[in-house]
Amino acid sequence: MKYWASVAALLVLAVVVALAPTNDYFFYAAFVVLQFVVLATAWNILGGYAGYVNFGAGAFFAIGAYTAVVLFKSIGAPLAVQIVAGAAVSALLGFGVGLLTLRLRGIFFAIATVAVTFVLETMMINWRYVGGATGLQLVRPPVELFGTYTRMLFVVMAIVALAAVSVARYVQDSWIGRGLRAIRDSEEAAECSGVPTLKLKLFACTISGALMGAAGAPMPMYLAFIEPASSFSLNYSVSALAMPMIGGTAHWIGPVLGALLLATIQQVVTVTISGEINVLVIGVLLVVFVVAAPDGVLGLFKRWLRSSR
Amino acid sequence: MAALLQISSVSKHFGGFTALAEVSLAIGEGERFGLIGPNGSGKTTLINCVSGSLRNESGSIVFNGEEVSRLPAYVRTRRGIARSFQIPRPFRTMSVLENLLVPSAYVAHLKDVDAEAQARDILRRIGLADKADTPSSALSQVELRKLELARAMAARPKLLISDETMAGLSGAEVEEMLKILFALNEAGITIIMIEHIMQAVMRFSQRVVCLDAGRIICEGTPASIVQNPDVQKAYLGA
Repeated sequence: MKYWASVAALLVLAVVVALAPTNDYFFYAAFVVLQFVVLATAWNILGGYAGYVNFGAGAFFAIGAYTAVVLFKSIGAPLAVQIVAGAAVSALLGFGVGLLTLRLRGIFFAIATVAVTFVLETMMINWRYVGGATGLQLVRPPVELFGTYTRMLFVVMAIVALAAVSVARYVQDSWIGRGLRAIRDSEEAAECSGVPTLKLKLFACTISGALMGAAGAPMPMYLAFIEPASSFSLNYSVSALAMPMIGGTAHWIGPVLGALLLATIQQVVTVTISGEINVLVIGVLLVVFVVAAPDGVLGLFKRWLRSSR
Repeated sequence: MAALLQISSVSKHFGGFTALAEVSLAIGEGERFGLIGPNGSGKTTLINCVSGSLRNESGSIVFNGEEVSRLPAYVRTRRGIARSFQIPRPFRTMSVLENLLVPSAYVAHLKDVDAEAQARDILRRIGLADKADTPSSALSQVELRKLELARAMAARPKLLISDETMAGLSGAEVEEMLKILFALNEAGITIIMIEHIMQAVMRFSQRVVCLDAGRIICEGTPASIVQNPDVQKAYLGA
């Protein structure tokens, strides 16, 4: 009850802020931060709960974006349809990749996800319809709500983020979450405790893929442009993994904290210093956290709670 | 006694190595069955084939009237085959109680309240009640062995396979584990015990089978097994 009240309050807050006479740049930056909240939350469902590291978040993200472009260019589909379709296609990708690789335990899945990124990027580079290597300019349709397109996208991404976090929370608290934790701790013991490990991993991979696709789908409209190199950027894959690690993977709030923290720092750094330094920020923070606080911000918080008692 | 588990001509190879060669066994309902044999004789491979961690290449495994040898491990657990692991594999990020809730949710499909009541009851019977809320990563060796048994029990098995549950335990601890296993058998659970500690298997089992190099070399009562020259040869050489 308290959770849903907070969700409603945050949603109202997003709408109120979008209607306020603020500088448009705020929404331009906040959209990216929220996008990373979705991406990190999605990654954590498989990577955090079940312990299967996906190095190809960028591929799922980009496939969501390209699905949106294809739909927009061919039939002029509205944004909501683009997002739902992007999620659906990425879910299929997640299911497919999972089916091929999740039978193997350990590192194979991680390697396969890297390979998927390269394969799909090469395909998009060679696909003329979506602009090939040079990319494609898109003309945004006029917007009726919130005045500017960027403001509207901010509200849309806020809705997607709240939905993604709610899904992650549901998975964590349900019997599925308990099974995924068992898989992470010992897959063989999980199987012998009656956990259908392959089915659960496939489920997690599909849901995770769907949410990553939903994060990527509004991207072309946001930039009014799409091209392969930036869509499949390593930055997405690394961030999707680093943010939950820094926030804490054990609880749904971990990736949210990590994404808010890191993406905000990145936005500030982009404005004050340079966009080039973004990856460095992630790298340094990741090293610091892995060494000093392997359980992330959440782990630090728990330790602090225990010591202050 | 009706056979609960019927293993017929089961074979398993690892590359050129024959781990199991046409092994046939029948285990009755409610039986206390001992499986012995030197290291590498195929004991763990056999129970891996029964529990589903490995697939046998030929032969059949019929459990409770149903062919199970092609079913995935989790389905076999749901049918009533539970096992403990030789090297304990706790769900280490969970508390002792939560470890038991995994099979409760996935096998017995219990509601949270019932599952917790059942888990606490099992922990009490196994002597881990005071550790229920301890993280399983903080348990001692003997406690980890007990947790393995407790988690297997939470799946409400008909057949419990105890894979070297007592290895490395002290005399008093072995006594304690034996007492637990006897009590579980009293409650109607068929038990296969794999063990190197001879007094334990001999005292526990009604019937013992000795494996050597993937073959059954001898079967009988504990008393007859120790007298058997083949068994003595397998263990002592010469």
